[in-house]
Parts: sequence; structure tokens; C-alpha cells
Amino acid sequence: MNIVLIFLITIFSVSLFFYGKSKTKTISIKDNIKLNALPKFYGYYIVLWCSIPALVFLLVWSLFEPVIIKSIIIETAANQGAIFSDKNEANLIYEKIKAIHLGTYFGDIDSILKESALAYAKFINLFTNSKVVLIFGIIIASVIYSLKKIKNNNKARDDVEVILKGLLFVSSLIAILTTLGIIFSLLFESIKFFSVINIFDYLFGTNWSPQRAFVRDASSITAAEFEELKDAFGFIPLIAGTSFIAFIAMLVAVPIGLFSGIYMAEYASIKVRRISKPIIEILAGIPTVVYGFFAALTVGPFFRQVGENLGLTVSSESALAAGLIMGIMIIPYVSSLSDDVINSVPQSLRDGSYAVGATKSETIKQVVIPAALPGIIGSVLLAVSRAIGETMIVVMAAGLAANLTINPLESTTTITTQIVMILVGDQEFDSPKTQSAFALGLTLFIATLILNYIAQRAVKKYREKYD
Amino acid sequence: MTKEERLKKRHRAEKRFRFYGLTSIFVALLFVVILVQNIFSKGSSAFKKTIITTEVFFDQELLEIQNGASQEEIMEADFYDTMIENLIKAYPAKNRDEEDELLKLFSGDAEIEIKKAFLNDNNLIGKTITLDLTASDDIDQLHKGNYPRDLPEERRRISDFQLVIYDYFVENKKISKNFNNYFFNNGDSRDPELAGIGGALVGSFYSILICLLLAFPVAVLASIYLEEFAPKNKITDFIEININNLAAVPSIVYGLLALQILLATIQLPRSTPLVAGITLALMTLPRIIIPCRASLKAVPPSIREGALAVGASKFQSVFHHVVPLALPGTLSGTIIGLAQALGETAPLILIGMVAFVVDIPSSPIDPSSSLPVQVYLWSESAERGFVEKTSATIMMLLSFLIVMNFIAVYLRQKFEKRWN
Repeated sequence: MNIVLIFLITIFSVSLFFYGKSKTKTISIKDNIKLNALPKFYGYYIVLWCSIPALVFLLVWSLFEPVIIKSIIIETAANQGAIFSDKNEANLIYEKIKAIHLGTYFGDIDSILKESALAYAKFINLFTNSKVVLIFGIIIASVIYSLKKIKNNNKARDDVEVILKGLLFVSSLIAILTTLGIIFSLLFESIKFFSVINIFDYLFGTNWSPQRAFVRDASSITAAEFEELKDAFGFIPLIAGTSFIAFIAMLVAVPIGLFSGIYMAEYASIKVRRISKPIIEILAGIPTVVYGFFAALTVGPFFRQVGENLGLTVSSESALAAGLIMGIMIIPYVSSLSDDVINSVPQSLRDGSYAVGATKSETIKQVVIPAALPGIIGSVLLAVSRAIGETMIVVMAAGLAANLTINPLESTTTITTQIVMILVGDQEFDSPKTQSAFALGLTLFIATLILNYIAQRAVKKYREKYD
Repeated sequence: MTKEERLKKRHRAEKRFRFYGLTSIFVALLFVVILVQNIFSKGSSAFKKTIITTEVFFDQELLEIQNGASQEEIMEADFYDTMIENLIKAYPAKNRDEEDELLKLFSGDAEIEIKKAFLNDNNLIGKTITLDLTASDDIDQLHKGNYPRDLPEERRRISDFQLVIYDYFVENKKISKNFNNYFFNNGDSRDPELAGIGGALVGSFYSILICLLLAFPVAVLASIYLEEFAPKNKITDFIEININNLAAVPSIVYGLLALQILLATIQLPRSTPLVAGITLALMTLPRIIIPCRASLKAVPPSIREGALAVGASKFQSVFHHVVPLALPGTLSGTIIGLAQALGETAPLILIGMVAFVVDIPSSPIDPSSSLPVQVYLWSESAERGFVEKTSATIMMLLSFLIVMNFIAVYLRQKFEKRWN
């Protein structure tokens, strides 16, 4: 239906374009005024008025229609005596009603379901009809309005440009809407989570075992269950595991990345640079799931084998394997950013150092790097934020159980791993376990936001210093 | 320490420092080589499958259909007995147990393969033809040399008797390797020899298409606004801060956003390329806006001023002159953003694309998988056949990324104007 409507709107718009274009002749001839815009702008003006309001209305309607119909149907079913204790059962009944309507339901149909299916059909019909009527109403109204506006108007181009500028502005607002969407969706579930679990139990608890939270309905928890839950969502092991793996990653990425950045900025000939820089950047372009596969199937077992030969017990999901591979993934972020930063240190500083007899490496160590330090720290912080937000490598190569350990040969888990593990497969909304994933997401979002903010400020301050 | 010694020491330090730098670059390059070599050596055999050449006789009594039977009749006919009767003739087995082991050498689709042969030519009743039937995963891996046969029997998935049959097949040249069409045409399957990336390819294609359709226009319009029209005020600053932050938000957070807004609130269908495309578009948007703005910024002001001087409006100067000049940079930035989106896995897992989908999606609102998610799913399976398939999927994914990046570089180098 929606496709037909969009098609119709397009046809109207195209035909109105030609109508608007031809209309200019009558304007200029009848009223004897000089047009300041080309005829096509009159066409554009009507097209914009004809299509935008109708399309926006269609979009908003399509977003809200299913939700509204669902709440109406569930309410009518409840009025007819359908019994459901929570949201999941209500959803199930709604799905049944929908399936009956589509003729794809083969279970037992009782009278309540039958009545509801009829009501569903009625509402779907009503909504579709009113949608069509309203859209045509909107088109007619806006076309009449625009036709009235272009009458005696010799500056249609200016009007078109005002509308287009509005369109440009709205597109740039999507970024703000996305941020709001992220904050809203994370906060919404997190608040529900923190209404059951004390925020201090979450932040300072040392035990993470969400599988214990089998309670389905968060609103009716007994005292015993509450005690059980209190101890199940401790954040400390997760942040410890995340930082530990990120730390191992940085141990790999910072020296290698920094030294390659320095070499490329200071020593490499143009030819070497032109070849090696893109090849190193391939590392950043490889999907993380590929690294995860490599870490889980090659590096992990390899470390275990080596460990066995040395007489050590190495978990095949060791923090070391995940951290090492994550470090490799991050090398290009450190190297290309520090390369840029070092390149923007003014040549005069180097020349001064050479003039007093320093060698090239002494100049780099004692002049260039101290001068570039804020920028380098910024790029390392950006790399850290990438490491703690990285998901696939740790999901595939790190462990699932939350261990508090500083032994890199044991397995640990991370925030992102737990989010995936909680949300993969069937989720029950309204269970503290599901909500805890959103609380973790919120924590992750805030942590990366702070790191990025500091890093971007450091880099920006540093750039301004030498501009 | 004399002056000379000190100088020598300093020069040694210089050499050491240079060596560290060179080693780091070398180590980084080595990782690229190891990774690619590892994937290719594991995956390249997946593009071939092992087939067993078998004689098949179509017995009218078993099939209960006539020569020239219609399509529906053949589809409804039971080919199971025909399959069994013919397959056990492939090797002179002595008893039921041996026959069972013999049958296990063929893939689970042997019946369908025989049926397809009959669909192609419906006059086969009473005739004998030779067919290439797909071998089971164990035989496939054995034939490709990925499977050690010198282990004791209880640690092997293939019994001693099956090895005898295999050797008999090899001796009589009944077993060979052929192009693996199943890998490209089939959807997911529990049997490695039948599993393919057809569904994942289509799913990825739809997701990226939706991502492109949503992200590209919005990103271009937004960057035009921010670069050319936006007044210097608080709102503009706020938008810019937002875009920079969004580009650095971990991708899994976009998965949570999609789960809460697209699936729970708007109730779009789970596991579909539609939701995947919208999620990826939201994630890619800031990553496209940044290069788009850079390429708009690179167009010198003289172009704009020239257009304004001959009487163009601000809009005309931007859309007729600046945007076309910035287009190559814009397009290459978009393609690189899409390449990142193509490899993105975490948000897709959260919106349920990890479901086991056998059918190839026919529209963006059918449940589906995508290439990187397929890699994740198969990497969890223990069979050797899936390791091979996973590596081959990664090879496909990497080759798409390489092609996309080459197009991006080509566009930039061929069409971008240099202003100096």
C-alpha cells in the first residue's frame, strides 16, 4: 500500500511540475510582470509542496500505526476476557491475532481470538482508509496553497531555496537525533535496571553472573530474590577484564604504532612511505570478525600449545591472545595519527636541534616527541577508546565467565562480550538480565565519550599551538 | 670516554633507533602477510567440492511415475528408495551395517540431486545414467587432505571400513573434485558440504543497498549545509560535536539503539536486512559526513566567488559548481564508509541476524544473514568443513572490501582536481 502511495505521490509531483512550469506563462502575460526566476523553479516549488508534507506524514503514520493498532487490539482482547499476566503473553496473543488475520495460524482458535481477529481486520481497514484519505487531503491542501503562492509571485527561486535550505538543515539534524536516540534508548532501560539493582551494587560489586537473574517480572520481586539479584550484577570484574585486555592491546599497539609512525614521518623515503603506509592501513580495514576468527582458531590454540610445551596452563580463550590480536588491529590508528601529529611539528624546531649538533634520533627523542606529546597522547587515548569498544575479537577469542585475574594466560570477559552474550538469541524484555545489557551499554558509551572528548581536545589544542 | 667514543656511541644509538622503527613497520607488515596467508591456506579448498560418480538406474516400480511425467508429479514422487537402491550398488557391501556406512559417504542431498537429474530429463525411466553426487563432509575433507587418516579409528569420524570404500573409489577414479556451486548458491545448513553463502550474500547486498540509499543523500545534504550554509552559532557547533562523537561511538551501541528503537518501539521485523540497513546507515552517516566535508572544504573559494560574481545565487554556486567538483571525494568517502559497514558484525548480532536461515531472502524484509555474521556463526561450529567455509567466506568478504577500496582510490585519483 505504501509503495502505491509513494508511486502516486511521485506521479502527481511530476505532472504538477509541468503544470507549474506552464503556469508561469499565464502569470507573466496576464499581469505583465517580469519574472525573476526560470519557469522550472515554479515547477520545483509545487513539487516540493506536493511531495514533502505528504511523504513526511506517510513516514510518521507508518512508524506509529503498528504500535497504536497493537495497543488497541490488546485492549479489546482484554475487554473480551483474554487473560495475560505480562507483556510477553500479550505479545504472543497479538501475534496470534495477526496470524489469524493473515490466514497463517493453524492452532486452536477460540471465540476471543476470533473476535479480536475481526476487530484487527476492521482496524487495519480503518487505518488504511484514513491514511489514504488524509494523504490525499494533505496533497490537495498543500498544492492549493502552493498554487496560490506562485500566483503573482516573480521570485519563485528564492522560495524554492528557502525550502531546500530547510531540507539541508533537517538532514544535518539527523546527527543530533541519533545521539538523542542512543541516549534515550540506553537510559530508558538502564533506569529500569537501576530501579531494581542499586547503582552502588552495580558499580562496586565484584561478582558478575547475570544468568542468576531468572526472575521474569522485575516489578514483583521477593526479598530472597532481591538478595540474590543484589550480588549478581557487579561491574568490577567486567571493567577489570576490559581494561586488562585493552592494556595488553596497547602494549602491542603503542610501541609498534608509534615507532612506525616516527619512522614514516622522519626517516622513510617517499617511495617506502607510499607503499608501507597503505599496507599498514589495511590492518584497519579488515573487519574485526576476521581478527576474531584468527584469534580464536589460530592464535589461541597456538598459545595453548606453546604453553603446554613450556609446562604452563594456558586457557584457549586467554586474555593474551585477544589482547595481542586487538593490539594488531589498533596499530594503524596509532601509527597514522602519530605520523600526522609528528608531521605537523614545525621544521624550525628540528633545524634548531640539528644546528646545535644533535643527531636525528636525538632530535626526535628530545625535541620532536616532547613537542608532539599532547597529540600523541590524544591518538593513544583514541586507540584506547577503540579497544574498549571493540566487540567481535573479544566475543570470539576472550572468555565468557567473569574472572577477576591479572594472569594474561587465564580467560577474562569484557563489557562488550557480556552485552552480546546477554542479548544474543531470545530476549525477555523487562527482565533485569536484559536491562543490564543496556546499563553496560550506557557505561561503555559514557566511558568512550569521555575518552574521545579528552583526546579530541588534546589533539585540537596541539594543532592550534602550531598553526 | 673520549670524544670519538662518545660520538660512536651516539651514532650507534641513532642506528638502533632507526632499526626499531624499521622493525615496527616490518612487524606490522608481517602481521598482514600472516593473516592473509592463514586465511587463504585454510579457505581456498572450499571453492571445490568432492563428488562421487555413481550410476543411477531409474526403476519404474520404485518411483511409481511414467516417462514424461509432469513437473508436479516428479516433485511429489518419492526418490528415497531409488537413491538407496542405487547408492548401495556403488560398492559391494556385504551386510546392512556396511550398507549404512556406505550411505553415509554421500551428502544429505543425494535424493534431491537424483530428483533434479530426473527433472532435467523426464524420460529416464528404465535407463541408467552416471551422476556426480556430492560427497559427505567427512569424505570431502579426507579427499582434500585436510583430515588425518593415520589416527586410531575411535578418534576419527571416518571408520576403517569407510576408508576401504574411499580407497576403492579412488582406485576406480569414481571420486573427483569439482567447482563448488553449493557454496555460492545455497543458504546456511547444518551439513558443511551443503552450507553456502548465497543467503548471506543477498542479505549483505540488501543491507548495504539500504544503507547507501539512506546514508548517502543525508550525509551529502548535511555536509553541504554544515560547510556552505550553516551560520556560525551554537546549534552548528553542537551538530559538529555530535557528528565527531558519533563517529567514535562503539558500533555495538548502535546495535542497542536499533534493538530499543527499531525493534522494540517501532516493531520492524527482526533479523531482516531492512533493520540492518537502517542501523548501518545511522552508524555510517557520521563516518561519511567527515570525508564529504573535507572534500567540500578543499574546493577553493574562488570557484564560489566566480559563480556569485556572474549573478548566480548562493544555491546555484553551491549546487552547480562546488558540489560537482567535490563529488569524487564525496563518492570515495561514501564507498569507504560502506566498506566499513559491510564488515560490521556486532550491531547485526544484536538485531538478531544470527538466526539460522536456510532460505535465500527474496526481499529486504525476509529474515537473513550477512557475510560477517555468517563468519561469526560458522566459526562457532566444530566441523573441519566449517573452518574451510568460514575462511572462504572471509576471502569473499575481503575481496569485496578490496574492490570497494580500489574503486574509491580510483575515483579520487582519476577525477579529483588538485588546486595548487
